[in-house]
Amino acid sequence: MIFPLGDSALTIDFGNIINGKINDTILNLFHSLKENPLPGMIESVPAYSSLSIFYDPVKLKKQGLGKETVYEFVKQEFEKFIEHLPLHEEKPARIVRVPVCYDEEFAPDLELLAAAKQMDKEEIIHLHCGKQYRVYMIGFLPGFPYMGTVDERITFPRKKDPVNVPAGSVGIAGSQTGIYPFNSPGGWNIIGRTPLKMFDLQREERSLLNAGDSVEFYPVHKNEFLTLLK
Amino acid sequence: MSIRVIKAGVLDSIQDAGRFGWQFLGVNPSGVMDRFSSEIANMLVGNDPGEVVIELHFPASIFLFEEPSLVAIAGADLSASVNGEPVPVLHPVLVNKGTVIQFHRYRSGARACLAIHGGIVADEWLGSRSTQLQVMAGGFHGRALRKDDQIDLKKNTFAPLDMGDKDFVILPWRADVNWRNESERGDVLYVLPGHEWDWITQESKDEVLSTPFTVTQQSDRMGYKLKNAPLILNRNDELISSPVSFGTIQLLPNGQLIILMADHQTAGGYPRIAHIISADHSKAAQLKAGDEIRFKKTGQHEAEKLFFKQQQHLHQLQNACKFRLEEFFGE
Repeated sequence: MIFPLGDSALTIDFGNIINGKINDTILNLFHSLKENPLPGMIESVPAYSSLSIFYDPVKLKKQGLGKETVYEFVKQEFEKFIEHLPLHEEKPARIVRVPVCYDEEFAPDLELLAAAKQMDKEEIIHLHCGKQYRVYMIGFLPGFPYMGTVDERITFPRKKDPVNVPAGSVGIAGSQTGIYPFNSPGGWNIIGRTPLKMFDLQREERSLLNAGDSVEFYPVHKNEFLTLLK
Repeated sequence: MSIRVIKAGVLDSIQDAGRFGWQFLGVNPSGVMDRFSSEIANMLVGNDPGEVVIELHFPASIFLFEEPSLVAIAGADLSASVNGEPVPVLHPVLVNKGTVIQFHRYRSGARACLAIHGGIVADEWLGSRSTQLQVMAGGFHGRALRKDDQIDLKKNTFAPLDMGDKDFVILPWRADVNWRNESERGDVLYVLPGHEWDWITQESKDEVLSTPFTVTQQSDRMGYKLKNAPLILNRNDELISSPVSFGTIQLLPNGQLIILMADHQTAGGYPRIAHIISADHSKAAQLKAGDEIRFKKTGQHEAEKLFFKQQQHLHQLQNACKFRLEEFFGE
């Protein structure tokens, strides 16, 4: 379904669901648009199951469109684009291993989660590390990966009131898991911290993770965490 | 060629038209809140409309000009003075070397754009010189201005004018910012329905379109939280995150609305009730805590039409400014 996002952007939405296949389609669209942008396009932004195209209505209007609105024109161009979209090659996802220190001082919400789930903290850690996660999208903060889905035994709703969360914090919200690249207010339940720099201005690959990557967490002791932090 | 901050304001930063093309990595567009006004300020001093400006909040910084400069202020009127004498907004003003500009109180609006002829030297990051406060990049070392910061200016291309011992000279033309030509209440913002507009009850829709909303203290460059009677959802579906835009109005879990502004997140998972039309972004950018606003629903065609009209006005203004400056400086 394609619908307007205000008067300078539109969104294509494949349903309100978290699904790897749908996310593949979204990322294929994103990469194809990057190679062959639509006329007047400023940028496209992929999410879980939707993608938005931001465009310059004034620039497009000047070209004369033969449509009632610029939106109708961009929508039509986008539909043509989708029709001629080349089939996407299945590439194996890049696997990134992410060390996490689950020590109490880095995991303010682990105790609470364990109590709520009537589990040992170790079990929670074991379950969190026992799965490969797909990075569905990067958003919220520069380099923040939205990953899923966690084992249903450790899903937990996001907090009502956001608190200050330090950079590197690894959290759970619903069935998603994510990492805060910067100190920020946040509502995810924090169960550990990674020493890795998620987003680095100096690095060529600015964001450690990209949408489409696979992530594995592994536990590290505080000593190792501090060594890696350097 | 520089200006110096002799007292820091609450949040003054260097901004251009925004950083586009990096939202896929979670990097928001930032940029000036009131793009319409920043373009006008730039045009008044003969700059490219997309040149960097200093965006001022109140209380604003106090600046010392270390060289004679041609400056203009647009957007909010914060009662500027040069060496204690008032100077108006929307006029080009020549300020002499060694003069001090300061801002005394709100007269109208919330954010002023200070443009300086020739432009400002600023850090570029990912194709934009806007300050990105989260990652501390772009603009002036990626941060708000502080006391003793020295901001370098680019080359002054107008022939130096002998100002004698005058502190400043107000050039005798004013930018006309009234592009709408029709009387529209100052507190009305036009909106397009968002994709989840139908997620709220009919009563809540009526409320959105007929009662005033107050801008709360929790309002900044990221967004404005509004206050009214809580709105009611007629469904409980949890939304997964999806892209949002400048001007998107989301419904928070407590039933209150938030308007997303320049430093908004790239994606959000709250129902998108409406979007402020582009032509009214400037109006939205000039809101501050305590202001009351009303929403009026419009359609895609009308929203685009108003935006073209506004951009057309800017285009004409740019030509007029160019003509007046060339005439005045005798090119």
